[in-house]
Amino acid sequence: MDPIIKISNVSFQYSQEEKNALNGVSLDIQPGEFVAILGHNGSGKSTLAKLINSLLLPTEGEIIVKGMNTKNDDMLWNIRQTAGMVFQNPDNQLVATIVEEDVAFGPENQGVDPVEIRKRVDDSLKAVDMYEYRKRPPHLLSGGQKQRIAIAGVLAMNSECIILDEPTAMLDPSGRKEVLQTIKKLNHDENKTVLLITHFMDEAVQADRVIVMDGGKIQMEGTPKEVFVNIDLIKKFGLDVPQVTELAHNLINEGIMMPRDIIKIEELVDAICQ
Amino acid sequence: MSIKIEQLSFYYGQGTPFETKALVDITMEIKRGDFVGIIGQTGSGKSTLIQHFNGLILPEAGTVYIDGTNIKDKKVKLKLIRQKVGLVFQYPEYQLFEETVFKDVAYGPINLALDELEVERRVKYALELVGFDYSSVKDKSPFDLSGGQKRRVAIAGVLAMKPDYLVLDEPTAGLDPSGRNKLLNTIKKLHENNITIILVSHSMEDIARLADYIYVMYQGRIHMQGTPHEIYKDSEELKRIGLGVPQVVDIMKALKARGMNVDTDKLTIEGATEEILRVLRSKKDA
Ligand SMILES: Nc1ncnc2c1ncn2[C@@H]1O[C@H](COP(=O)(O)OP(=O)(O)OP(=O)(O)O)[C@@H](O)[C@H]1O
Ligand SMILES: Nc1ncnc2c1ncn2[C@@H]1O[C@H](COP(=O)(O)OP(=O)(O)OP(=O)(O)O)[C@@H](O)[C@H]1O
Ligand SMILES: [Mg+2]
Ligand SMILES: [Mg+2]
Repeated sequence: MDPIIKISNVSFQYSQEEKNALNGVSLDIQPGEFVAILGHNGSGKSTLAKLINSLLLPTEGEIIVKGMNTKNDDMLWNIRQTAGMVFQNPDNQLVATIVEEDVAFGPENQGVDPVEIRKRVDDSLKAVDMYEYRKRPPHLLSGGQKQRIAIAGVLAMNSECIILDEPTAMLDPSGRKEVLQTIKKLNHDENKTVLLITHFMDEAVQADRVIVMDGGKIQMEGTPKEVFVNIDLIKKFGLDVPQVTELAHNLINEGIMMPRDIIKIEELVDAICQ
Repeated sequence: MSIKIEQLSFYYGQGTPFETKALVDITMEIKRGDFVGIIGQTGSGKSTLIQHFNGLILPEAGTVYIDGTNIKDKKVKLKLIRQKVGLVFQYPEYQLFEETVFKDVAYGPINLALDELEVERRVKYALELVGFDYSSVKDKSPFDLSGGQKRRVAIAGVLAMKPDYLVLDEPTAGLDPSGRNKLLNTIKKLHENNITIILVSHSMEDIARLADYIYVMYQGRIHMQGTPHEIYKDSEELKRIGLGVPQVVDIMKALKARGMNVDTDKLTIEGATEEILRVLRSKKDA
């Protein structure tokens, strides 16, 4: 199968900056894949996301989204429809004066039929538990509520690929779980491709593949187990491992025998209570 | 000396179609030297509450005293209150507006009419405290920084005011794990240097590790309060109101459910490690 996103040797330099924000990044994302992108602040994650979405254009190399080169101006709307994006700060994303208009913005631009739009808006708002706030102006919401609206906006676009830039940063623990469940459901039931940028390691362990960025380059790549087993390297890149992995390694260091690649609670419990 | 809140209630948009009851009858006292955590689901009123701590929102119903002074008293200078109680907003990066990082962090100290040398000392102190190399960041435009870097500049702006009370609204949201740890250690250090800390956070791990006392908000009210051990005991109730417990607590409970005789009241990885080792080793000896 052709990758839905093909990133070939991409570098990017913001004007006036001396250093490249991205340096020779190559990455293929397969349709239906769930990929988590990790990396310390300033490592280039958002820049990569904006390049895929054609908000920025590569200084070198190229990005092909479902056969469309992001440099091709004529394809701009098709690209953004194929790869819908939730930005890092919801305030940069919320444009309309009423919540439901904001969520309808994407499908309206796609020329979706009004009846279908109504249904998508309602479904998306319900999926993030914000249906009762649909008539509110977005700026009168709390931080986490705004973030939920931004997520509803991308759900309503029904894109094949969803890019989420730290969508759960301001959510409470239940909200984070719900959003992750929604993402996984879309990925699993509707075969949507998901690119999740996050600083939460317990979210990353749920992906099919984890990418670690540092200094504008991809430094580690593999299944969550393959990546998180390298605790020292992960920490060197300014990241961390899930609490359960840390605990398992503490026990291993104290002479308790168990696998080194534990990333989930059940695995630790099985290892201890065998 | 304390921040004392008595019977505080607050409505947004009173009389409009969007009238929201954001705070209901809040009474609390945060004493100098405390490290207080505030948790609560999205929309539960946390940000609204803490904006009352420095007079950003003046109380409509109820009273707020800062070190004994009623902040609605006519003689009160809000500027002095805001120096005493430093507030780092949720999404503070939106407050960045100057053309260089230096100017942004210097804005508060300059307003305090400090001399040039002292302003520079404070800017350097604050930027280093949040983990920047002073000389390489000071002349950058704050708008050319990544999300997490902006956050740290915004926090430095408040630290440069050297407040007695430091209120932080989700300061680590969007920070990478090492930046998060560094900032939390900084906050801990500030607390050891007698700065009172009020930390609003959705991270149960961070609150469990750092706070001495926790307020749990739910639908605009204080729903529970107590020490971390008291609060995180009731994981069912916390989950019901949109919260949770640190992952270690879930781990200990899962072990217990599988028949391992561990004390589940452990909130940190270090505590959990010791407890599991204790049980495993006592089994071996037996
Ligand atoms: N508009 C801009 N102009 C100039 N430089 C920028 C701009 N936006 C980001 N940068 C720089 O590019 C680099 C990569 O930034 P990017 O926003 O992609 O990081 P990130 O990995 O998303 O970080 P975070 O976790 O903080 O969101 C950083 O060094 C940053 O300072
Ligand atoms: N400017 C405003 N006008 C009207 N209602 C508002 C405004 N700001 C907040 N609200 C509402 O007041 C309630 C409390 O909001 P607040 O921002 O205090 O919550 P919070 O606990 O800080 O939430 P979060 O964890 O999402 O930041 C919410 O229901 C919110 O929708
Ligand atoms: Mg980013
Ligand atoms: Mg808030």
